[in-house]
Amino acid sequence: MKLYCLSGHPTLPCNVLKFKSTTIMLDCGLDTTSVLNFLPLPLVHSPRLSKLPGWISKDGTINLEKVLDARELLDLSTIDVILISNYHCMMALPYITEHTGFTGTVYATEPTLQIGRLLMEEVVNFMERVPKAQSATCWKNKEIQRMLPGPLKDAVDVWTWKRCYSMQEVNSALSKVQLVGYSQKVELFGAVQVSPLSSGYSLGSSNWIIQSHHEKVSYVSGSSLLTTHPQPMDQSSLKNSDVLILTGLTQMPTANPDGMLGEFCSNLAMTIRAGGNVLVPCYSSGVIYDLLECLYQFIESASLGTTPFYFISPVANSSLEFSQIFAEWLCHNKQTKVYLPEPPFPHAELIQTNKLKHYPSIHGDFSSEFRQPCVVFTGHPSLRFGDVVHFMELWGKSSLNTIIFTEPDFSYLDALAPYQPLAMKCVYCPIDTRLNFHQVSKLLKEVQPLHVVCPEQYTQPPLTQSHRSDLMLELQPPPMPYRRCSVLNLPFRRRYERVYILPELANSLVPSEIKPGVSVATVSAVVHSKDNKHTLQSVPKPPPVAPSKKRKRVMDEPPVVLAPKPLLSGAVPLEAFLATLQKHGITEVKVEETADGHILHLQAEDTLIQLEEDGTHIVCDNNEPLRTTLRDLVLRFLQKL
Amino acid sequence: IGKITGCVFPLQGAGQDVGRSCILVSIGGKNIMLDCGMHMGYNDDRRFPDFSYITQNGRLTDFLDCVIISHFHLDHCGALPYMSEMVGYDGPIYMTHPTKAICPILLEDFRKITVDKKGETNFFTSQMIKDCMKKVVPLNLHQTVQVDDELEIKAYYAGHVLGAAMVHIKVGSESVVYTVSVNKYAKSHISAWIDKCRPDILISESTYATTIRDSKRCRERDFLKKVHETIERGGKVLIPVFALGRAQELCILLETFWERMNLKAPIYFSTGLTEKANHYYKLFITWTNQKIRKTFVQRNMFEFKHIKAFDRSYADNPGPMVVFATPGMLHAGQSLQIFKKWAGNEKNMVIMPGYCVQGTIGHKILNGQRKLEMEGRATLDVKLQVEYMSFSAHADAKGIMQLIRMAEPRNMLLVHGEAVKMEFLKGKIEQEFSIDCYMPANGETATVTTNPSVPVDISLNLLKREMALGGPLPDPKKPRTMHGTLIMKENSLKLVSSEQALKELGLNEHQLRFTCRVQLQDPHSDPDTLHRIYTHLKSVLKGYTIQHLPDGTVMVESIVIKVSSSAEDTNAKVLLLSWSYQGGEYFFTALCIVKRLMYQ
Repeated sequence: MKLYCLSGHPTLPCNVLKFKSTTIMLDCGLDTTSVLNFLPLPLVHSPRLSKLPGWISKDGTINLEKVLDARELLDLSTIDVILISNYHCMMALPYITEHTGFTGTVYATEPTLQIGRLLMEEVVNFMERVPKAQSATCWKNKEIQRMLPGPLKDAVDVWTWKRCYSMQEVNSALSKVQLVGYSQKVELFGAVQVSPLSSGYSLGSSNWIIQSHHEKVSYVSGSSLLTTHPQPMDQSSLKNSDVLILTGLTQMPTANPDGMLGEFCSNLAMTIRAGGNVLVPCYSSGVIYDLLECLYQFIESASLGTTPFYFISPVANSSLEFSQIFAEWLCHNKQTKVYLPEPPFPHAELIQTNKLKHYPSIHGDFSSEFRQPCVVFTGHPSLRFGDVVHFMELWGKSSLNTIIFTEPDFSYLDALAPYQPLAMKCVYCPIDTRLNFHQVSKLLKEVQPLHVVCPEQYTQPPLTQSHRSDLMLELQPPPMPYRRCSVLNLPFRRRYERVYILPELANSLVPSEIKPGVSVATVSAVVHSKDNKHTLQSVPKPPPVAPSKKRKRVMDEPPVVLAPKPLLSGAVPLEAFLATLQKHGITEVKVEETADGHILHLQAEDTLIQLEEDGTHIVCDNNEPLRTTLRDLVLRFLQKL
Repeated sequence: IGKITGCVFPLQGAGQDVGRSCILVSIGGKNIMLDCGMHMGYNDDRRFPDFSYITQNGRLTDFLDCVIISHFHLDHCGALPYMSEMVGYDGPIYMTHPTKAICPILLEDFRKITVDKKGETNFFTSQMIKDCMKKVVPLNLHQTVQVDDELEIKAYYAGHVLGAAMVHIKVGSESVVYTVSVNKYAKSHISAWIDKCRPDILISESTYATTIRDSKRCRERDFLKKVHETIERGGKVLIPVFALGRAQELCILLETFWERMNLKAPIYFSTGLTEKANHYYKLFITWTNQKIRKTFVQRNMFEFKHIKAFDRSYADNPGPMVVFATPGMLHAGQSLQIFKKWAGNEKNMVIMPGYCVQGTIGHKILNGQRKLEMEGRATLDVKLQVEYMSFSAHADAKGIMQLIRMAEPRNMLLVHGEAVKMEFLKGKIEQEFSIDCYMPANGETATVTTNPSVPVDISLNLLKREMALGGPLPDPKKPRTMHGTLIMKENSLKLVSSEQALKELGLNEHQLRFTCRVQLQDPHSDPDTLHRIYTHLKSVLKGYTIQHLPDGTVMVESIVIKVSSSAEDTNAKVLLLSWSYQGGEYFFTALCIVKRLMYQ
């Protein structure tokens, strides 16, 4: 069993597991941090941005970095299935499934598919509505890249940076998705069974169990033990794993999500009271539901009842609507609401009372209905594209306004760089509900996997906080670290396989008890293998051989493999054996003691029997009937295996 | 290792009768109750299944491993609070999320009608419904739920009503599939069908066993035409429905028709449940069909423009109107009240969109009865037109046949239908699929013998060795035979090679050897004699492994041949043939050949 690691990003993993002749890709996250190297894509022409010196504004292409061009490590067309754990970890899907010869199936839960589709649609929409006059690719050439300024010069593997996919590619990729439900057992080629488990991180997010009858691999990705909107994490099903692959821990191990949420609310209220606007760059699904729920409870007490909340995204409406229809994927509290029947999320009420409004973009209705001061939720959190760029331009110059970062994926300083100098206040409240090191060590203690595999980042404290030994995984035995492009041999030996004995054969077996509670039976059977399932059938009786005159011919043929004689075990007791011989008319026996046992001389028959602890030797000339009798008598005392 | 039987035991009501479902299945030592319905045609004790059939004196909780409810219709879940709270059952009850949401509302509704309006006692209370629902574990589609270590269940979409499910119940390698009513026409959905799971028994309802219904579209057109004609001539249309299910689909149908034809006649929907019901449909939209799901963000199919809430006083309004009223079989409540008011006018029409249980007014008028005896000896003349449209999504013959083709069951069991019709379907199934088809009567047990194969863990070494022997591709003419030892210890069954079995059990091997001496005359030296034997054997026995070893022995397969001569007479040779118990098969062959050589 091998693990190919295609991504070095611990929260946007992409691993390939080879297990029992199946090739399974675990997630395909898209690392988009490379967009920070580019200039923002403004919705309206910005003279300021186009005059910025030094930056490669002449280019203006926004590229997304693909996880890794994996071709050197692995042929992508050999991948049988892709298992998706949550909608953030599937953004590279079109790069894997399109134009690579991929013919397999992608498995994901329904919310993961629907929301993943929305997020992809959003990115494509952001890119396509600002068509670029020109684009350049020559700079990706290593020679030219060396001459480029700043961080670009040092960027690794720029040749793997790719242009954003099209909607057509998204649709084609997503048409390969097969929906699964939690705890559904999916058979892959009859060899392996995979099953998604609730991971508690986002709507429909899952961890995966990959198992055969005797081996079990758990894949833990983006999981949360906090009580937010999704169904709680299923921990007990991870027990008894041979290998547990651990990815997607919190990116903010020192930031407490609850504290951050409080800070978010208080900063928001402060700005609004002072007459400023609040900008929240965020993804269109996920934490935003919790932010809105939190605000729903907070609005009255902070007397923000009249402040408008705007959610601007091409998929804002769909995201809000979809969140309400996934009752079975929600936490218990929200499920109970649906039974009443009431919408599970309170943003339905915010919309009904006109406190929250959503628009596909800043154009159209929004421009006429827009009132300040207000709170705007919009993407993209990298501040490089999407409607957020416009608000940065609009509000950046006033110190009354505040931008509050809640998504942990991008460094907020890098994100803000092209907008400097900035008068706007800036608050960093990253909310990452994924497992922290404390929670994960407790979890591992609970589920007790034999081996843990994790990104190497988790095996040492973060570079900036090298003294914090609590910010790393300490396990016994130590976890197996992986880095980008490494191939791990998982410590795993398969010893057994499942076969099915058909009833006819099962009924014909003759068990004999060897020890108390332990019986054995010798089995001769025909193995039938179909779809990786093996069944054992009775050996068909050979057709009776017609008495042949050409006996010699028979000898020329290779030996027919008959049922071999069983192995023997035990010992032949002297006294009892002698008594048995007597019963069969063999009376003249001379017993001679030797170092290892006895030699019996059957004088009348001129035959020797050597009896020892672990062996019996019958020396008998040319007397076949006698030999057969003696053999059967000896066998009476022995166990057959 | 032995035969295990699967028993199916329909409790009163589920056998050859339509009215209520409650089936008991015993499989692999587990007892599962499928549905727990009540009979709408009775007002006395016969309304509920007779649970004393199950256990005479023990507690139900001890006997039953779980209860599974297929959908929210009262003839499938109506007796649940009675069973769990009044008879007493504390084990798990499984149903899908929508069923869990809607079931308590219908139960409460029914309770109100029976207890508050009719003043019946000995019925379950509101609190009992709540307590009963606390025992419910919600099911997701396709989720494999492990009830205990051995029993697992999996739900499939059935498309009957919102949240209806087929269930696959599995114990070891034995399994049963239970389905209420597969709506073949509802396949416009995620995955309306079942895997090819080859269950031992497929249990299906057969309410419409003989009808092979015409296409849904035809029926819809027919329905709209009839409604339209009645409205045109100024008549009133009554459509008795159950609050949830087909009603919503018919509402969508009329709504779009009204829109298109620009009709003005009012459409009403009785009962306060409407709005709530529509809300359920909206929140559980993932459980409805694909068309509705796809457009739900843009347009909510369950917000109606033309359909308004009904008030009791509207029934006396003049002019045409369409009213959806509950319940669906005209046995009580608002639909019955309206029916009484409108029955006298031949301009009016009642459309029965579903099946009616024997004993209900719906059943009587469908059978052409024109004079009805009402309470207090009054008779009611039925002059209005009575139409029947089988919109109810119970399984029909075609649906059942298709399901059998999909799931490939080994046995078929029909319940919830009328004996004659079931007999017809039974014949058809046995003829087409040549599988056994059972149709037990109420309280009768159908025993189906299953013959499960035995799962065993085989040592990978042994399996691979055998696979290698057989070559890379299976050859039908030469079966791969494997030999091994099955170790049975406690609950584990392991199949390993004999050598490994010895090792694992900590036993020493006992060697049994045989030696045979043959005296012969030969002038050659010992090595030469041996070599002659070797070359001769080699030339005669083709295809055998024959080796001449450096220590002065010849081996034919595992038979060792040695030559020695006596010190006095070098021509008198002794040939020693020695073999083990396991390797003695070719001894005779070898001996004959050697002897023949020497005496030539």
